[in-house]
Amino acid sequence: MIAMIPQLVINATGIVAAFLFMYGLKRMSSPVTAPSGIFVAGVGMLAAVLASFLYALAANAETRPYVALNTGLAAVALLIGGGIAFWSGRKAKMTSMPQMVALYNGMGGGAAGSIAAVELLGHRAHGFSSLIVTLLGALIGAVSLSGSLIAWAKLESILKKPARIPGQQFLNAAVLLATLALGGYIVFVSKGGETPLVDAPRWIGLFFGGALILGILMTLPIGGADMPVVISVYNAATGLAVGLEGFVLGNPALMIAGMVVGAAGTLLTVLMAKAMNRSVAAVLFAKFGPGGGKKTKGAPPGSLKPVDASDAGIFMRYAKSVIIVPGYGLAVAQAEGKLYDFVKLLQAAGVSVKFAIHPVAGRMPGQMDVLLAEAGVPYDLIFQLDDINDEFKDTDVALVIGANDVVNPAARTDKTSPIFGMPILNADKAKKVYVIKRGQGKGYAGIVNGLFYEPNCNMVYGDAQAELVKMIEAVRGLGAHAAA
Amino acid sequence: MSPAITMGGFVALYIFLLAGFTGWVVIGGVPAILHTPLMSGSNFVHGIVVVGGLFALINATTTTERIFGTVAVVLGAGNAAGGYAVTSRMLAMFQESKHKQPAHAGAAHGTAHMTAPHSQRVKKTGGAK
Repeated sequence: MIAMIPQLVINATGIVAAFLFMYGLKRMSSPVTAPSGIFVAGVGMLAAVLASFLYALAANAETRPYVALNTGLAAVALLIGGGIAFWSGRKAKMTSMPQMVALYNGMGGGAAGSIAAVELLGHRAHGFSSLIVTLLGALIGAVSLSGSLIAWAKLESILKKPARIPGQQFLNAAVLLATLALGGYIVFVSKGGETPLVDAPRWIGLFFGGALILGILMTLPIGGADMPVVISVYNAATGLAVGLEGFVLGNPALMIAGMVVGAAGTLLTVLMAKAMNRSVAAVLFAKFGPGGGKKTKGAPPGSLKPVDASDAGIFMRYAKSVIIVPGYGLAVAQAEGKLYDFVKLLQAAGVSVKFAIHPVAGRMPGQMDVLLAEAGVPYDLIFQLDDINDEFKDTDVALVIGANDVVNPAARTDKTSPIFGMPILNADKAKKVYVIKRGQGKGYAGIVNGLFYEPNCNMVYGDAQAELVKMIEAVRGLGAHAAA
Repeated sequence: MSPAITMGGFVALYIFLLAGFTGWVVIGGVPAILHTPLMSGSNFVHGIVVVGGLFALINATTTTERIFGTVAVVLGAGNAAGGYAVTSRMLAMFQESKHKQPAHAGAAHGTAHMTAPHSQRVKKTGGAK
């Protein structure tokens, strides 16, 4: 009877943790309660992890001799993995949040895969369904691991260009089929999990290898503009893998948490893909970006007209209304603080200033909101696409900072453009458009932007932060003159 | 008889079904401004996989199991701890402002913390999708 107590405590803690996760996620889905949401979920996690050490007391006779060693190892592994990740998460720049999420997500997928490896190599998965679910979780977890790492490397700019192999689709399909066939063979030789897998380590190794290669192949050809969707897909995938391994381990907390994330992640993915007017399948099967997008014709009519930052700044100072369209370039230049300084100057001069956020601006949905929030920009200046798009035509100046594809009119007009149909911000409808851009390069999707060639558009070339400082100085200089 | 939970495939399917539905509903009405923190938050939640890793490691009997169990715990702990750090940092920026009014346009106060959106704004962004 006494021997049952640890297991009972673990089970009870699991239920509490599962509840706290769902409650925490619910709180996280409203801005007012969001900060407490992660704390609630964190409490659940801490309780579940601490209770897990009770497994040491519930160990059966076979494992008892190893329990002390295993438990010590577990504590060390927990501290090392948790410590390093916590430290890196605290230290990471706000702009590199997307790749941090990708990295931690890959770790979760890897953990699910490793659990499956223990189950398979230790002959623990008994029974037909258990073995198949283990293999399925292993496949999804391993794909999520390698895929997330590729996504991380792309966002970190370690991998620069989408790599495309001729016949990519067929290659992916072939690797997937081969991996599934290996899984089927493992089920077959173990007679559906009835007999131990005698010479199986080799096959299990190949199975994992195939899954890891599949994740790499699937992610390599996908362009950077699609990375938010890809991370979201892998987030959902890791959740699913965790849920499946939870089933194998008979742990409902893992099943519930994993499945909640699997479903929530899937919905987030759909929402993001919808915002880009693309199907999730089109993203995953990489029908986007250079190569797929046929390097469209030459330059559009018109010309690029560079202008000094100070001129642009002064023009905005005397405008009635300005809408700012921030993009990833703002995040890269870490110019959000300077941008808000500039906005405050304009406001002090009586200019009405608003921010227009495209759903997929940056590398992750909501990233721009987070950045502007960090700089201290009040909510009531920040507007989402649908709420502000009609205002551009009555606005004096649209200031585009480090954004490109989300203001490319080709999405409205050019049926051959890979982004055709994506809702864009109507920056081109403003009376005057200024674009702060590092160079003449194309956007992340690798498409020429006709907006930059329009008669009402001027380019301010340079680092966003430096150019904003020039604008601030120019406007301040005016103020000094007026005072003198 | 062990109190360890054993369940048939159908009970598992019920759990998956209900949990999946819960996840879908919980995320359903989320405003776009919270997409990034929420993805990060759900990323943290599947860090619970560390518990599975602990189970596998503590019950390991061979070196192979021990190695993969340790890998599972290191990676799972990384998922959970890193996910928590990143999410709480992002969400902290929505704090400190519950008692503050949204800043008036033109009011150039240097501290300018994030102002909590009033309910109307939340509804607006939520409906924008």
